[in-house]
Amino acid sequence: MMTFYWVALAIISIAFAGLLFRLVKGPTVADRVVALDAIGISLVSIVALLSLIIETEFFLEIILLLSILSFIGTAAFAKFIERGEIFDRDDNR
Amino acid sequence: MRTNDVMLQTVTKVVTFLILMFAVHIFFAGHYTPGGGFVGGLLTASAIVLLMLAFGIRTVKKIVPINYVVMTSVGLLVAISTASASVLFDVPFFTHAYDYFDLPLFGKTSLHSALLFDVGVYLVVVGVTMTIIQTIGEDE
Repeated sequence: MMTFYWVALAIISIAFAGLLFRLVKGPTVADRVVALDAIGISLVSIVALLSLIIETEFFLEIILLLSILSFIGTAAFAKFIERGEIFDRDDNR
Repeated sequence: MRTNDVMLQTVTKVVTFLILMFAVHIFFAGHYTPGGGFVGGLLTASAIVLLMLAFGIRTVKKIVPINYVVMTSVGLLVAISTASASVLFDVPFFTHAYDYFDLPLFGKTSLHSALLFDVGVYLVVVGVTMTIIQTIGEDE
């Protein structure tokens, strides 16, 4: 089972490197935002696999924290691409 | 231009309270496990930022009518007074005291005076982060 975890970790690390390349190279802003979101998910997977490998529960809160921050960042970027501003000046409700 | 973000607003109404609950959990978990005042403050600030994203900066100011600059100074005052209170008991600066109590519902719990210092850190982090974000978000 441990070999399986290590193989999964290696595959996710390769995917992480590819996403980093897309983040730097990415032709449009949308590519970069998608790459950033996927990097957040890969980080969560790496932390989960590491906590399985070294058999600890201390990293589980970090997983939740990373996913919350990644979600808020992606939402802010999406709104910025769509409207050109992050916080609305006039209330649209 | 009026835009319609029903999805963002509906998700925000649920997720904000989850983030705030997680912030409280991670604030109290801070002594023996990862967490503490700094991360709790950052999570609370990110919950408020999510509200601002969904509902606009003016609505959030009406919901949470807090002057964040005053909040920062109150937090600094709490932190410094907790740290210097140890001088009154003839022990070095920043020494913290703890004892074990039998609380209802929690059982045997260790209460530390370092938690009061963490309250100060929490207030400072929330105040500074929200001041920065409001200042950036408001100018043209």
